[in-house]
Order: sequence, then C-alpha cells, then structure tokens
Amino acid sequence: MSLLEAARLAISQIRVQKLKSFFTLLGVTIGVMFLIAVVSIVNGMGNYMQDAFAGKFLGVNTVNLRRFPDFNMGNVTEEMWKEWQRRPYITVADADAIRENLPLGAKWAIDDVDWLTPQSKYMASGPQLIAHAATAGYFDIKNLGVSEGRLFTEQEDQLGAAVVVIGSETAEHYFPSLDPIGKDLLIEGLPFRVIGVLEKQGSAFGMSLDRQAIAPFHSPMARFTGPRNLYAVLIQAPSPEAMPEIQGVVEEVMRRRHKLLPTQEDDFSLESSASALSTWQNIQKYLVLAGIFLPAIGLVVGAIVIMNIMLVAVAERTREIGIRKSLGARRRDIMSQFLVEAATLSLIGAAIGIALGYGLARAVAAVSPLPTSVAPWSVAVAIALGAGIGIVAGAYPASRASRLDPITALRSE
Amino acid sequence: MQDDLVSSTAEREVVVGNQGVAPGREWVIVTRGIRRDYDMGGEVVHALRGVDLAIRRNEYVAIMGPSGSGKSTLMNIVGCLDTPNAGEYWLNGELVSRMKDDELARVRNREIGFVFQTFNLLPRATALHNVELPLVYAGVSSAERKRRAKEALEKVQLGDRIDHRPNELSGGQRQRVAIARALINNPAILLADEPTGNLDSQTSDEIMRVFEGLASGGQTVIMVTHEPDIAAHARRVVVLRDGRISSDERREQFVSKVMSGA
Repeated sequence: MSLLEAARLAISQIRVQKLKSFFTLLGVTIGVMFLIAVVSIVNGMGNYMQDAFAGKFLGVNTVNLRRFPDFNMGNVTEEMWKEWQRRPYITVADADAIRENLPLGAKWAIDDVDWLTPQSKYMASGPQLIAHAATAGYFDIKNLGVSEGRLFTEQEDQLGAAVVVIGSETAEHYFPSLDPIGKDLLIEGLPFRVIGVLEKQGSAFGMSLDRQAIAPFHSPMARFTGPRNLYAVLIQAPSPEAMPEIQGVVEEVMRRRHKLLPTQEDDFSLESSASALSTWQNIQKYLVLAGIFLPAIGLVVGAIVIMNIMLVAVAERTREIGIRKSLGARRRDIMSQFLVEAATLSLIGAAIGIALGYGLARAVAAVSPLPTSVAPWSVAVAIALGAGIGIVAGAYPASRASRLDPITALRSE
Repeated sequence: MQDDLVSSTAEREVVVGNQGVAPGREWVIVTRGIRRDYDMGGEVVHALRGVDLAIRRNEYVAIMGPSGSGKSTLMNIVGCLDTPNAGEYWLNGELVSRMKDDELARVRNREIGFVFQTFNLLPRATALHNVELPLVYAGVSSAERKRRAKEALEKVQLGDRIDHRPNELSGGQRQRVAIARALINNPAILLADEPTGNLDSQTSDEIMRVFEGLASGGQTVIMVTHEPDIAAHARRVVVLRDGRISSDERREQFVSKVMSGA
C-alpha cells in the first residue's frame, strides 16, 4: 500500500471522527502554536533591538567613540565606574586627529549631547529634550531626514549659525498648530531659528526619539553641551566588512594620543551596534531554547494523547484489521496504515498550531512595539515535530495492530 | 465402508490416503496429516487430528460437520489464516504449511478469495472500495483497480451500486459485493464460510445460484456449512467429525442420502 493511499485512508478516518480527532490534536496544536509564537516573539525582540541599536542609537556600521560605554547589558561594578571617572575627556582635538587618519569612504561626525528644557513664544515649558550640538555629517550617519524645512549645512556649522532642526514631537509641543519653520526656539534663553523638522522616528526602549533639537556644533548650543568633554565621535564605515579596519584606526589614534603602553588597556570606549547586540544575542539564544523546550512539554502530552487514541482505534478496528489481513495485508501494510494515520493526525495538529501561532505572533505585533516575525525554520521544525510525534506515538499501537492474529481479529465484534 | 463411497480408483487414492497425489495444477489443494492443537488455558484441544484432503481444480466441495468437529479450523488452515502444528499443505503447488507471515499474506491475497457469513465488508467504505481492497495489497495502480473492481461488481449485477456503503445494501447485495471482492484477484480457490448463514431463504437461493454459476464456469469452490440443503449444491461433500474426515462423498450419493431422509 502506497504512502498516498495510507494518507488518504487516514484523512477519511479522521473525518469520520471529527470531535475525537480535534481533542487528539489539541496537545500538538498548543505545543506547536507556542513554539511558533515564542520563537517569533523572541525574533521580534531581536529585530527590535537591532533596529533600536543599529538604526536609532548607535547607527548602521558606526563606531561610537566615547569616554565610557553608554549601553551596558552587563553589570557595572563600583571599580568600573571609578575607572571610568578617571579617564581623560574625549576632545575636539581627538576628533580632528581621527578624521585626519580615516581611510577613504569613512564618514565622521561629532555629537555632543545634554538634556535641556527649551521655551518658545507659544509654550513656556515642556518635557526635557535631548539637545545635540553636532557637525553636519551627523544627519548622514544617523540617516536622518526632514519632513519640513531643511537640515543645516557644513558652512552653517563652521559659521556657528544659531539654527536648529527639531523632532516632530518638539515641533508640535512648542509650536502648537503652527508652522515652526522660521520661528525661534529658546534654549537656555538663547534663540535658535528652526530650519527643519525631522521625520517621525518613533521611540526605542520607551524613550521618544521625536523629542530632540539638533544645532550646529559650532553654534552657541555647544556652550550647554560642554565641548571640552564630547559625548561621542561617530565614525561610519562604508560597509560592514570595513568595520574592523575603522575600529582599528580609531583605537590606534586614541592609544597614541593617550600615550598608552602596549600592556595598558584602552581608556576610552568604542561602541557599535554589533558590540551592544552581542550580549543580547547571548540572551536570545537562551530565550529561543526556552521557546523550544517549554512547548516541548505540550508536545509530549500531545504524543501521549495520540498514542492513547491510536490504541483505542486499534481496539475499535480489530475486525477491520482482520478483514484487511484476510485480503492479503501484510504486517507492514497494517503498520504503515496506523503510523501514517497517527502522523497525519499530528501533522494536521501541527498545521493548526502553525496557523494559530502565526495569529498569536500577529496579535503580539499589533499590541506591542515588537516587530514579531515567524521564522521559517520554526515552521520547518514544527512540521518535522508533527510528523515525528505522530510516528513515535503511533509506533506502539501500529505494531500491536500489525501483530493481531487474523482469525481472532475477524471474530471480534 | 468408505470404499463404497469412492467412485474411481484415482479418487479413492486421493480421498483415502493422498499417497501418490502430486500437488500442482491438477490438485489445487493437497493436505497430508494436518494436525492442529490449541492450548486452551493449560488444556490441549486437538482440533484436527490428521486430515488428508485432496481437491481437484474446478471442484465444488462442501465441508460439513457439527460444531467442534474442526471444520472452522480446517477452513482457517486451508485459507492460510492459520498454520498446522504438523502435516503438510500444498496450495496450487506451493507448500504453504511452513510459510512465514508475509508469505501467507501474499498467498491469501493472490490464491484465496474469502466469502464470510458476516460479509466482513469495511462498513465505511463504498462497494467499489471494498472490492478493490485486495488489489491495493497486490500493488495494482489506482486506475486499474477501479476499472477491475467496477467490472467485478457488474458481473454480480451491482454495477449501479458501486458508490453505496454496506449499510445501504441488502444482505444479498452485501454478499455479492463480498463475492466480487473474493474473485477480483482471480484466486485459485474461492473459500466460503457459511455464506448464507445470515440470509433469508430466498436470498440464500440467489447467492447459491451465484456459486453454482461460478463453479460451472470452472472456479474451484470450497464451502463450509452445517446446512445439508446448502451442502447439497456442491458436487462433493466432506464431513468432519472429531478432527478427522468421517466421510467424503460425490454429490449423487449425498443427494440420494438426503432425499432418502438421512
């Protein structure tokens, strides 16, 4: 009897007993559903982290030179903190030295930062925003564009023009239902002319990226952000492959400038999305393992239920087995009939589980910021598990069926 | 006594001793000293105590006997559903008494067509599917199976019932489906176990006419029954008693015995 034949037989058998089949499938369905959902949620978290770090905070293919790291996944000990406080500042001279040594194609920017509360003619106060004093290259590295107005230019930066590009939330807050372009935003009492509004950025880790104001580095903004101690020098590699080279150049320049001996460790920090994500990727591995292990319990229960149901099926269909044997069915024909039936049953359960898991992942994506995505490999694993569980659970009942004595089987009611 | 019942020297040899009968095309069934014991909870039951039986191709034989005579056991062994503890059994020239499970399954599939008292059709399958079932296990392709099963159903006048399930058919129709199924693989023997046991007398006659037709068409038919008037359709009647053949008669003599009120 061919496999197709056996599968067709199995499906007709399942159709006859819809309700029973449904309950049989439940364990496998739930197991697979959670497998698919958990893996896709963990993947979604991964994508979210990637997006937040690479896209929003640290930049794509970008090395962030800082005095000490900004994104720490591990614990910061007392000693670490003290050591950080003893480190020299990152200065404009450092930034210039790096720029002079950069290979062709690499981009460069200074980003100095403070938390400030501006004012406008229309709004006297508001929540704190991130005030940047940045060189013109910053927009390019961070891939920032405007929805209104324009960005400031290299010349405006060199001239120290008091202009500012603001986030969309800042624009709405300080210029309610007004066109902010050409109007003044007062930062610590100094007027900055708004020349552009950034495209909506959304938020990351609960922090709005639309509440910010970016002014030229040489503008008065730098007075507030403290230019003797820069927040970050951003260096962007032209490709992911060029990242190690860029990192090496920056490290070498800084070690030379800080006169470090070969035995001494770096007294500055180089952050990239890859380094920030490495810790997360470790965590992700465990989450994926948990995402597989916990549903596995459901699958084991599912397997036991299927085995039980198949034993009942063999008992109920003893006479059928007898008839088939009298007509020439061999042991392996009977064996494969019940194995395929169990596998089909559990595969249908897995298929429903995949559909429900997909739905669950979509639901999570709808109500949370996590961009969940169903991993193709998890679907493949679910299908393999479905078939495997059916075969494992069906093996014992099927072998019992195949060894039935045809005479006794024919006589049974 | 037995000597009187045997009509010719050749058959006397076959019926009485089987010595010298060559299993093969001519003698489709030859058994020598078949014994079958059952262990019934420590007590050994001797169901067959040495059965020598030879059946010629194209014969129409009834096997009779009271319950407990061993006729069901003999039928199971002849039908390759069971194997003897001792003795030899040749079916269509093959020694089947020493065969393993899978070989027996093949012999059941190719050489034997069963017709049971309780029909033994798959209740949820259509008549067509029931009839094509032996071909499934013979490895025949789906299209070929359907064609042959349809043909077989037409032969038993059920060409218009191929999509009916057993519960939508009358008893006589069910048994005709079973006969079509039994014949689908052109078996060496058609083995019927009380084929009319569940049917009213009119339907019984109808089924017996089917067997009659098959037998006169050259099909070897072996029928197990305890009803003399059913056995009377056969041309040879073998009677079992206590696990042995107690008589083996040609039809003429048997009929005359029945008629004379035996």
